[in-house]
Amino acid sequence: MATTALPLEKTTHATHEMSFVRKYIFSTDHKIIGIQFLLMSFVFLLFGGLMAMMMRWQLGFPDQPLPAGQLLPETMAPGGFLLPEFYNSLVTMHGTIMVFFAIMPLLVGVFGNFLIPLKIGAPDMAFPRLNMASFWIALTAGILIMAGFFVEGGAAGAGWTSYAPLSASPEWTGVVGGQQLWLVSLAVVGLASILGATNYITTVVNMRAPGMTWFRLPLSIWALFVTAILVLLAIPILSGAAIMLFFDQTIGTHFFDPTDGGQPLMWQHLFWYFGHPEVYILILPAMGFVSDIIANASRKPVFGYHSMVYALISIAFLGWIVWGHHMFMSGMNPTLGMAFMMSTMIIAVPSAIKVFNWMGTMWRGNIMFHVPMLHSVAFVSMFVIGGLSGVFMASPPVDIYFHDTYFIVAHLHYVLFGGSLFAIFGAVTFWYPKMFGKLMNPLLGKIHFWLTFVFYNLTFFPMHNLGVGGHMRRIYDPSQYEFLQPLAPLNTFITVSALLLFAAQIPFAVNFIMSWFNGEEAGENPWNDNGLEWIVPSPAPHGNFAELPIVYRGPYEFSSPLVEEDFLPQTRKLDSDTEPAAASAAE
Amino acid sequence: MRRFLVASSVFLFLGCGGGDGGSGGGGGAAAVDPLGNASITGAISFVGTAPANPTIDMADEPDCEAKFTGTPVDPIVTVSDGKLANVFIRVVGGLPGGPYPTPSEPARINQDGCLYSPRVLGAMVGQPIEITNSDPLLHNIKAMPTENRPFNISQPRAGMTTTRRFNTPEVVIPLECNVHGWMNAYVAVVDHPYFAVTGADGSFTIGGLPAGTYQVEAWHETLGTQSGEVTVEADGSATLDLTFGG
Amino acid sequence: MSWILPPSASTFASDIDFLYYVILWITGIAFVIVEVGLVVFIVKYRARPGRKAEYIQGSTKAEVIWTAIPAVTVVVIGLMSGGVWNDVKGRNSVPAGAIPYGVHAQQFEWQISYRGPDGQLGTGDDFTVRNQLHIPVNQPVVMRLTAEDVIHSLFIPAFRVKQDAMPGMTINVWFEATRVGEFEIACAELCGIGHTTMGATVTVHTADDYQRWLADRAAAADR
Repeated sequence: MATTALPLEKTTHATHEMSFVRKYIFSTDHKIIGIQFLLMSFVFLLFGGLMAMMMRWQLGFPDQPLPAGQLLPETMAPGGFLLPEFYNSLVTMHGTIMVFFAIMPLLVGVFGNFLIPLKIGAPDMAFPRLNMASFWIALTAGILIMAGFFVEGGAAGAGWTSYAPLSASPEWTGVVGGQQLWLVSLAVVGLASILGATNYITTVVNMRAPGMTWFRLPLSIWALFVTAILVLLAIPILSGAAIMLFFDQTIGTHFFDPTDGGQPLMWQHLFWYFGHPEVYILILPAMGFVSDIIANASRKPVFGYHSMVYALISIAFLGWIVWGHHMFMSGMNPTLGMAFMMSTMIIAVPSAIKVFNWMGTMWRGNIMFHVPMLHSVAFVSMFVIGGLSGVFMASPPVDIYFHDTYFIVAHLHYVLFGGSLFAIFGAVTFWYPKMFGKLMNPLLGKIHFWLTFVFYNLTFFPMHNLGVGGHMRRIYDPSQYEFLQPLAPLNTFITVSALLLFAAQIPFAVNFIMSWFNGEEAGENPWNDNGLEWIVPSPAPHGNFAELPIVYRGPYEFSSPLVEEDFLPQTRKLDSDTEPAAASAAE
Repeated sequence: MRRFLVASSVFLFLGCGGGDGGSGGGGGAAAVDPLGNASITGAISFVGTAPANPTIDMADEPDCEAKFTGTPVDPIVTVSDGKLANVFIRVVGGLPGGPYPTPSEPARINQDGCLYSPRVLGAMVGQPIEITNSDPLLHNIKAMPTENRPFNISQPRAGMTTTRRFNTPEVVIPLECNVHGWMNAYVAVVDHPYFAVTGADGSFTIGGLPAGTYQVEAWHETLGTQSGEVTVEADGSATLDLTFGG
Repeated sequence: MSWILPPSASTFASDIDFLYYVILWITGIAFVIVEVGLVVFIVKYRARPGRKAEYIQGSTKAEVIWTAIPAVTVVVIGLMSGGVWNDVKGRNSVPAGAIPYGVHAQQFEWQISYRGPDGQLGTGDDFTVRNQLHIPVNQPVVMRLTAEDVIHSLFIPAFRVKQDAMPGMTINVWFEATRVGEFEIACAELCGIGHTTMGATVTVHTADDYQRWLADRAAAADR
């Protein structure tokens, strides 16, 4: 496919004028689609956060009605007191929305779309119309899942893991349509993800500019590429399982119903066979962004670039053989427990390698602590905590105690929030100028960062201690248990911290919106970075590059002895450089 | 993309609740404008040795156990002086055609002492059924009808009330509480007001009937059904006694 | 805000707790190395006028070291864990002579059945008690764990016992209590509206008290 040989004048959308609707609503421009995913995801991040606040209120102040709780209907919170079934729905929907409609689209939908063509030197994605479809399908899925709150019986209430038989029949939860809408929504958003993944893989394989060899790709692109492969392979498993469960709910099949020969354990195997690669989908792109940002801020090459690539690939590969560690207590054959334990222990190693390489990148650097770097360092320090807590659960005997306790809740939030969400804040700040042509206000950025960092740790670190005390998860009323009563003050402390954490996001929202209109104008390359996106105007124009970029080196040539400046863009030609072969992009 | 929007709208409407199982008003049978002035009265008896009712282990629920003097018992078969309580009696044949107006006064059932009371409740289609929690602890109410929409909801605090309606006749709809597995009640939903539930003395009265001959059925949760036929004169009263055996 | 596990009361609890503390120490040391390292680097390598970063691409020696040390560490933890896992949950882990009990999990109660005077579980003289497990001290016991409707999970924190109850399966859960007293049972798998109220109690008796309790309950069940 002679994509790079194609003269840029021949791409159709570079020249004609379009209506507002074609340009900004039904756009096929990967950058606009990325921004659409950004706005959609922030809305769902807000919804997910509000649900968490309601859950925390119940755990911290169970005898006080929820503030403004009288606005909620009687079926959810009569008199402002949450009903247990509504609490179960909140637990379920918080998890589902954060995973599928906030973190995943923020990492993959936003930055996959926005960065890939720009950073590899392509004018757009391989399939722009498919790309547009991917967004609108994802948005439809988001509407479907929220619709669960408005149907009789309420929203899905069997946990984001939706274990059968609880999820298979309304008899067990009292939820009818909500559980079905949940499955349909996941199948639909899964389709959006698969379309996106197809696009990303094809684009990275086929549309790299001349000289952009595989080992000159930035780690953000490597991470997005590997993630896209995971998405393509993992999501169809969820879709298949969702269809089977949907049939159990609606047309009388018994895939997961033991009274008619079905197997509840099979749901868990199917879900986690998807679910474990899914959690790597939720972290790998973040690792990629952080690599780019730490190198930029340290003014140094990424330490061990090749190791970093191999570590990404190993994590993705090993991620397929660890799923049973979610099922140590499930009743599956205990010998499987041993096997999954070993693979889970081993997968800690490539993550450790990455942490040391990030530190190695900072070592002997000349570090600028701009806001993206603050978030990236927070990523490393929080991800390490999340990774280390995972070692406890990887040991099946220790998991006996910790499974389904707040220790797990602490672990998952350290990797998903402490990890992915901080990386997202950093990445949004870093690439904001390229998206909108303005810089986000650095003072507001620092205030947001520090408030978030402090209240985040005050919220989630104590959850480890709740777990050590044996506090179960998904529990509406811990006071029912004498052994949990001494932990009640800790629950209240966590709730107060969580409320403050939620409030601490206000500076970010204000910064995001205000900077769009009033922010300082950004030049082409405000961070003095080497990537291809920084050689085009801010915001990046339709079609991206006025002429085909030629790549002469890797993306991390900071403080190179070859030049005076402490950065050396990938496309800058030095006298010592030779032209790459025109066909190199096809390798 | 348009097709996706249509398809998802279809799913949205599939999931949307209908009006069934809603709330309502209405009273017991007597609040309806009578068709006539005749009445059927009688008593339900039990012959033989009543089976022993199982005791309930409420050790885990001191707030409920405190409401009993002595060991709590699950009143499945309640016989006093040879009379049987908690029998649901209704006219099954001979009525002039309906439809009969839906009462606005609710039928009420209480969760008290970790038991449902009354244990057997009669209601009309569309009549509001008010379920109240009088215990300071979590009860759920799971209704598993076959002709109506099932529901499963909870009431975690004392004083909470939920109102539901059943829109299709069904004799009988079991109610459970799953937090307390012994808690059972039975709601009989009929499309006319000519029904009653016996109390401890086994007696019942069904009034407001025009003159005629009626087939009557009595239902008990474990003892099955008994039927009878009775004729009443206008403004008169007739007696029908039925007997359940041990 | 403690990292100390609550007191335990079963034989294998000490093995599990030991593993926990080993992992706590190892991860604690790793935590300190990384976090202190980060702080040191932040301070020492912050940008100052006139400084330049060093153009370093990497170090194969470093990669080998920080691959090998974590790898060896996790493999050792894995091997240590394997032994304990086999003892607690292995196919042949239930000690001979363990007294059997039926534990039937349902929404939202635990129905515990006891073998009656004939000494066999599953016969007509068995009796069932709601939410109360009574066992003798210093005697292996095995729960035949079943579920009526959805997945529940038998969690006895003081004994370090947890096992999901799976509809359609009977799963053996064995333990041996080392102290007399009352301990709490919780359900550790979301099972519906009443998941939060599925608490129960284990009462550990001396051998004599246990026989007395059994006789009382068997007689009561006869009524």
